[in-house]
Amino acid sequence: MVSEKDVSYVADLAHLELTAEERVRMLKDLNSILGFIERLNELDTSKVEPMAQVTGRYSTKKDGDAFSYAMRADELRPSLPHQEAMQNAPQTDGTFFKVPKVIER
Amino acid sequence: MTALETMTVESTRTAVLEKQTTASALVDAFYKKIEADDPAIGAYLTLCKDRAHRQAERIDSLADRGDALPPLAGVPIAIKDVLTTKGVRTTAGSKILDNFIAPYTATAVARLEDAGTIVLGKTNCDEFAMGSSNENSGFHPVKNPRDLSRVPGGSSGGSAAVVAAGTAVASLGSDTGGSVRQPGAFCGVVGLKPTYGRVSRYGLIAFASSLDHVGPFGKTVNDVALILQHMAGRDPMDSTSADLPISDYASHIGEPITGLRIGIPKEYFGEGLDPEVRAAVETGIQELAKAGCEIVDISLPHTEYAIPTYYLIATAEASSNLARFDGVRYGLRERGAKTLAEMYRKTRDAGFGTEVKRRIMLGTYALSAGYYDAYYLKAQKVRSLLARDFDEAFAKVDAIVTPTTPTPAFKLGEKADDPLAMYLADIYTVTANLVGVPGITVPCGKSREELPIGLQILGKHFDEVAVLKIAHVVEHALAASTA
Repeated sequence: MVSEKDVSYVADLAHLELTAEERVRMLKDLNSILGFIERLNELDTSKVEPMAQVTGRYSTKKDGDAFSYAMRADELRPSLPHQEAMQNAPQTDGTFFKVPKVIER
Repeated sequence: MTALETMTVESTRTAVLEKQTTASALVDAFYKKIEADDPAIGAYLTLCKDRAHRQAERIDSLADRGDALPPLAGVPIAIKDVLTTKGVRTTAGSKILDNFIAPYTATAVARLEDAGTIVLGKTNCDEFAMGSSNENSGFHPVKNPRDLSRVPGGSSGGSAAVVAAGTAVASLGSDTGGSVRQPGAFCGVVGLKPTYGRVSRYGLIAFASSLDHVGPFGKTVNDVALILQHMAGRDPMDSTSADLPISDYASHIGEPITGLRIGIPKEYFGEGLDPEVRAAVETGIQELAKAGCEIVDISLPHTEYAIPTYYLIATAEASSNLARFDGVRYGLRERGAKTLAEMYRKTRDAGFGTEVKRRIMLGTYALSAGYYDAYYLKAQKVRSLLARDFDEAFAKVDAIVTPTTPTPAFKLGEKADDPLAMYLADIYTVTANLVGVPGITVPCGKSREELPIGLQILGKHFDEVAVLKIAHVVEHALAASTA
């Protein structure tokens, strides 16, 4: 069971504040969803390997070579120009992104 | 010119190639129709008229000079707003990206534009593709063009709706747990989720990277085959895009399917399946038998564990992917925060909607210290079991046929307050994402209330050809029975 304390802890980790109302709703929803998820424990997976992604399951080449096609030479290439990378920023000084002060003097 | 509602990719490109119309005339006609019909549906978030007119003029000047035209010349399409389009607002259906102008174009979109298609605009969707009804859009819900009191499905509801309404000839969506196939079924159009790795994800705003796919919608199986053909293939910008050859997909459509073995998994026809959906899908299966397929009863024993597995893996990946929306480099920033941490929290609180916050919370919880093994790792292990189910099934059959959804389109608001009930709308579609196999939805009939019903075909990895061929037989049989 998720507690109110857990909700606060996880919200902190996720950089969410959440209103008091949202916290009540979140507690209820997380418990309902996690209750449903509990059924995974019916399965014995002690001898099963975890699967993080599907691409490892097929390729033209095998094993250590399977992803050789995804490699490229380690060389300098043009990337997104500085000005274009900054164009959507909420606040900049023209060179850097600006954020509220991180360190107090 | 024929009525816009009935135009297909095939008929549109033929009309342009044979100079029965011009790309510019098509663009004008479609914008006129969008302005007349879309306000009631709400499928478009942004129209990119300048981009569309520039592309149309490029096509028309090639035609005027008598130069060879690209294969999909002049075909007006719409793009789900989770795919980036350089210089055009790209929101992912979220307030946090309300004013985001993408600095580059997604590979799938760029390839389709190179093939001559014209992007009319960006379509509405559930915020960050998280939802099954389009009610989680940060802007406004989309309504189902077949019945405006009902949802179009989600998360690619806008892209399914434009094809159903004829306000675009075809469209692109994204499918992380059924987000192309489920709205395709609800809106009565064809929707394809290709094999994981078949289409580049570069420029697809990430929800769950190991589950996200780009897929087309069309009125016909041939149309989705044509769209797939011109966007598939290796892309150096996506290291998970496969280095495998692409078929000439459309050329196989209409080939006989005699002797193909079709698996019918009993777990997809159990409790919770609407009787009308069952009847329509069973009629479709009979048509496949008539076409010479061998119908084989099979079992995918871990099916009931797919939804819990999916909602752990998808939310865990989402909590990580959505960490980038922090008000620093792009998107919304809430003013008035005194510290950096406070700025992050205020921005994310204001920018994300309820469902996105719920999924970030669930995913963060599943990945947090002390719970990782019990939830995330457990789900990854069950994912292996689901993959094994499919390996064993595909040793016996060439394709698997199921309903796409348990019910036809539900009413707006019907499931909006019950996240778990909403998650179960994806019960037949999520496994294909976990396992990576291709899946298509094709209309196979209607309910008594005239709501479309979809039949899903799942194939072996990279065997889109079989899936498309079988779907075409279902499509052809339905057309014959309703003619």
